[in-house]
Amino acid sequence: MSDNLPVTVDVLTAAQRVAIARHPGRPGVAQIIDALFTDFFEQRGDLSSTDDPSIMGGIALFHGRPVTVLGNRKGSDIEERVACNFGMASPEGYRKAQRIMRAAEKFGRPIFTFVDTSGAYPGMEAEEHGQGEAIARSIELMSSLTVPVICVICGEGGSGGALALAVGNRVIMLENAVYSVLSPEGFASILWKDSSRADEACEVMKLTADDLLELGVIDGIIPEPAGGAHENPAALFQILDTQLSRELETLSKMSPTALVNDRYRKFRAMGATAVKRGRI
Amino acid sequence: MAGILAERRNRLLALKKMRQQGTAPAVEEKTCPQCGRALNDTDLADNQHVCPYCGHHFAISARDRVAMIADDGQFRELDAALVSTDPLEFPGYPDKLAQLRAKTRQGDAIVTAIAKVGGVRVAVAALDTRFLMASMGAVVGERLTRLIERATKQHLPLIVFSASGGARMQEGIISLMQMAKTSAAIQRFSDKGGLYISVFTNPTTGGVTASFASLGDIHLAEPGALVGFAGPRVIEQTIGQKLPEGFQSAEFQLEHGFIDAVVPRARMRATLIRLLMLHGKGGAEHVG
Repeated sequence: MSDNLPVTVDVLTAAQRVAIARHPGRPGVAQIIDALFTDFFEQRGDLSSTDDPSIMGGIALFHGRPVTVLGNRKGSDIEERVACNFGMASPEGYRKAQRIMRAAEKFGRPIFTFVDTSGAYPGMEAEEHGQGEAIARSIELMSSLTVPVICVICGEGGSGGALALAVGNRVIMLENAVYSVLSPEGFASILWKDSSRADEACEVMKLTADDLLELGVIDGIIPEPAGGAHENPAALFQILDTQLSRELETLSKMSPTALVNDRYRKFRAMGATAVKRGRI
Repeated sequence: MAGILAERRNRLLALKKMRQQGTAPAVEEKTCPQCGRALNDTDLADNQHVCPYCGHHFAISARDRVAMIADDGQFRELDAALVSTDPLEFPGYPDKLAQLRAKTRQGDAIVTAIAKVGGVRVAVAALDTRFLMASMGAVVGERLTRLIERATKQHLPLIVFSASGGARMQEGIISLMQMAKTSAAIQRFSDKGGLYISVFTNPTTGGVTASFASLGDIHLAEPGALVGFAGPRVIEQTIGQKLPEGFQSAEFQLEHGFIDAVVPRARMRATLIRLLMLHGKGGAEHVG
């Protein structure tokens, strides 16, 4: 490539974006809460058996207004990463998210979610405790909320574990985030019985922000600083703050009923063009 | 029941005629995967596709499933012609779909219908494992959502026989979104007081378990059905060891509190009729 050609982010392959989305230095929910919100009070525990740190949530002020913030926490050092199970939540984590969202509904607080997980944890205990039920209930609850719900896919949006926090009136993605039905490794393993073909899977899965905007799955893309959000988090936070303020302002004008109906219509239309009448 | 019997009688008559002409196909032999005994297809069909020796429940087609619980085996199928447009332009997918449509005479992995069960009009759906392991793509999501919306509008009880390998990989993110679409529809149906009976059949996993299948008012399962979120292979890879016998079986889920009852196929129709009756409003009394 000649030196005088402008190098834009457009030249990134889907696999490269996956790598950026997984970069250990990428700002996570804790950093975003720190930068964009004030007076954060963390709500912990599922009120039943435990506190899953891989889901982080609580109450904070956003430009002076009480809101609920919630997201997947991957942890920033190795100790925290292990404690957060590398961002893979347990059923208890999703139940904690549900009680935090119910409280938001009760007090009329808008909800921001920051999604960054490779998926829900596929372990024995998670199965024994009803991982499927916990995700299903989160999705169901989010679809019924009468407050504004704004979801940001920040890093990896992996499978049902991501969707459980991503049923919003607005779903927006950071430019290098990815969102998919399964991790590229899992996808390659299921379809081709070969997880080493993950890079190839990235290209056919349509998991980049551009692809998803075109498919109508997301509502907008937040540009990242050159090289990715980890190169200049402060710059990202500024753009994110502006964008979230704007979205909240728009949604705040809607009535509770209008908010629920708006969300229902949005997800009801998913896949509308993926079906047709045909001959059997 | 009369419909099923008439159909069986016709089949037998046809077979008798063929035998007389010497063109009858040999009776297919099957081995029961649970007890290893040899079974023939006709005997199996006469026993609702349940092994007469050990009670193993064989997979059945979605239409057989609906016929089995419907009065006289009769039902009216809805949206039967709906097919996938291959939204991600996935290599090889349209050919695969065409083959399966020809083989199953179904548009996709689901059948949705209106039927009467014990005289009660119900909305009923069944997934079909012969069609890409009953994975949920846009057609499954759309047909089910239309059925739920119809049930909401007409105040019909809803019965869904789930089975699924999970989301349809070939439809990627569109498949994932069907989880939100179907769950939101169930939420609205439930909000209006509708009764939803969810029946887990072998196997129900992934995005189906993590959406509409787990949102029933009553959860039933067929004996021995695998029910879980992550598949056994994925869990074994994650934890690096073999899973114990019976992990994620219907009986395991009963023990762990996610299922109300394990119901053998022979008792399914009677159980559903009783549940419709017990619910009164939302169940049998909604029929107007």
